[in-house]
Amino acid sequence: MAAADRQRNRVEAVGATALCAVRYAGGMALLLADVLRWTVLGIFSSKVEFRRRELAHQIRRVGIRSIGVVVLVQLFIGVILALQMTPPLEPWGQVDKVANIIGVAGFRMLGPIITAVVLSGFAGASIAAEIGTMVVAEEIDALVAIALNPVRYLVVPRVLATFIVTLLLTVLADLMIGAGGYLTSLLLGPASYEGYWQRMQQQLLYRDFVTGLIQAGVFGLLISIIACYEGLNVRGGAEGVGRATTMTVVYSIVAIIAAACLFTMIFYIFEL
Amino acid sequence: MKAALPDPTDENPNAAEPTGIAEAEEPVIRVAGLVKRFGDRAVLDGVNLEVAPGETMVVMGASGCGKSTLLGHMIGTLWPDEGHVELFGQNISQLTEEQLDNTRKRFGILFQSGALFNSMTVGENVALPLRAHTDLDADTIDIIVRIKLEMVALREAIDLMPADISGGMKKRAGLARAIALEPEILFYDEPSAGLDPVTSAEIDQLMMDLSRKLGVTSVVVTHEMDSAFRIADRMAMLDLGRMLKVGTRKQFEEIRDSWSGDDETTDLIRQFLRGDPTGPITDRRLSSGYEEDILGAAGLE
Repeated sequence: MAAADRQRNRVEAVGATALCAVRYAGGMALLLADVLRWTVLGIFSSKVEFRRRELAHQIRRVGIRSIGVVVLVQLFIGVILALQMTPPLEPWGQVDKVANIIGVAGFRMLGPIITAVVLSGFAGASIAAEIGTMVVAEEIDALVAIALNPVRYLVVPRVLATFIVTLLLTVLADLMIGAGGYLTSLLLGPASYEGYWQRMQQQLLYRDFVTGLIQAGVFGLLISIIACYEGLNVRGGAEGVGRATTMTVVYSIVAIIAAACLFTMIFYIFEL
Repeated sequence: MKAALPDPTDENPNAAEPTGIAEAEEPVIRVAGLVKRFGDRAVLDGVNLEVAPGETMVVMGASGCGKSTLLGHMIGTLWPDEGHVELFGQNISQLTEEQLDNTRKRFGILFQSGALFNSMTVGENVALPLRAHTDLDADTIDIIVRIKLEMVALREAIDLMPADISGGMKKRAGLARAIALEPEILFYDEPSAGLDPVTSAEIDQLMMDLSRKLGVTSVVVTHEMDSAFRIADRMAMLDLGRMLKVGTRKQFEEIRDSWSGDDETTDLIRQFLRGDPTGPITDRRLSSGYEEDILGAAGLE
């Protein structure tokens, strides 16, 4: 009897977890749909105000704070890649191919991924904490009570800002990874890395840059939607805000890596 | 058309009408058979309530009785599992998003914490509904904001941030924001909670003044009895999600001041109104499942 009960409890626990996951994904999908609806209405309908100033404010808030860290981290990534790739290529006389590898790896994947991970900490955690604190302080209820839709008023500017900032910072990140590799080449000796930029330029195709940007845009959406959803669903005061902030970073990073894996498979299948 | 407000100082403001609501007038708020469940627990279980134009209705009850849930349904932030809420004769569950927003512009809410937007100054908080829902120019909005802040005696705080003002000031600022669009109904969620007695009395006086000056209908959710008897025209008592009694302030005063010995419901209301440490409410808490819990914990079930 006890064994049967335990078995049933396990099945129920699995079912409950699955239901939670479906509810979470469904909640985020609905939030994303709401964001798209208000964005379209804001752009095309004269009845709905598109909050340009708030969007600009959020871009400054999310973007400017992140620039320094993105530059620093991506420079390091460039340096690491160059130093890691040199020894295995050296015996084959292919050291000059480091530029090609850095170009592809940076523009196609590491630029968008690392930028998104940095932003999940900067933008995601800060958005979740801000909105969560507003929930706890009844500010969201107050917005609803004065007939201001929280999604239109709060979520849309933050999602669009994070989307735009992720794209812009990814372009910067691509350049910084390249620059990191180049600086390393200078340190190791200019002769071995002659024509670094030319080789990177020869290797990189337009689609390498575009596929990187497509991923960056999706990562930006994922981070901001997760952050807003976690923030809006805060329960239990300060503890709930802390949990939402932590879970935003955790879920964002998992979602970014999972999406990157999916994109890589799609690009591989379609030879993009 | 607004109803003539009963004088709260009157001995019997609704003597001709036992339930206090004037039959000739259509209620501005009607709650009918409201049921709300969170999981298996019915937080509201068939609640009925009507609020007449211009009156101040105080909804009271112990913590967790469903007062705030009832308020959430009235302002359209919660939705009933059964029953409905009508505001201005419209079932708010059946309104479109746009219609509901238009209805929301006709009422104001003072939240328990004030719920000021912390990123804005007090003045910007009051100006927000005006900027969002009117075509008024910035100068006119500024004048209106100052007028509203003067009404709650807070004009000097116009440029202060919410973090820099006291709890009582936050509530007054929240009230100024609630009346910015000149609402027909004002909802108050625990307006005296967390305030010292003098500030609490000031807030009560302010609510009564606004009610008289603006002629608004007020619904006040509270369990502060001093405040409730000061401001109420009529009162409603919730207990475990059920509406125990709706009546005039006078009727509740009579229950409070009477001796025990009536039915259990009256005893329960009396205990709550007096704040007695013993009575049906505490008996219920102590007796429910106590023996079973103890025996169960000892493995003697």
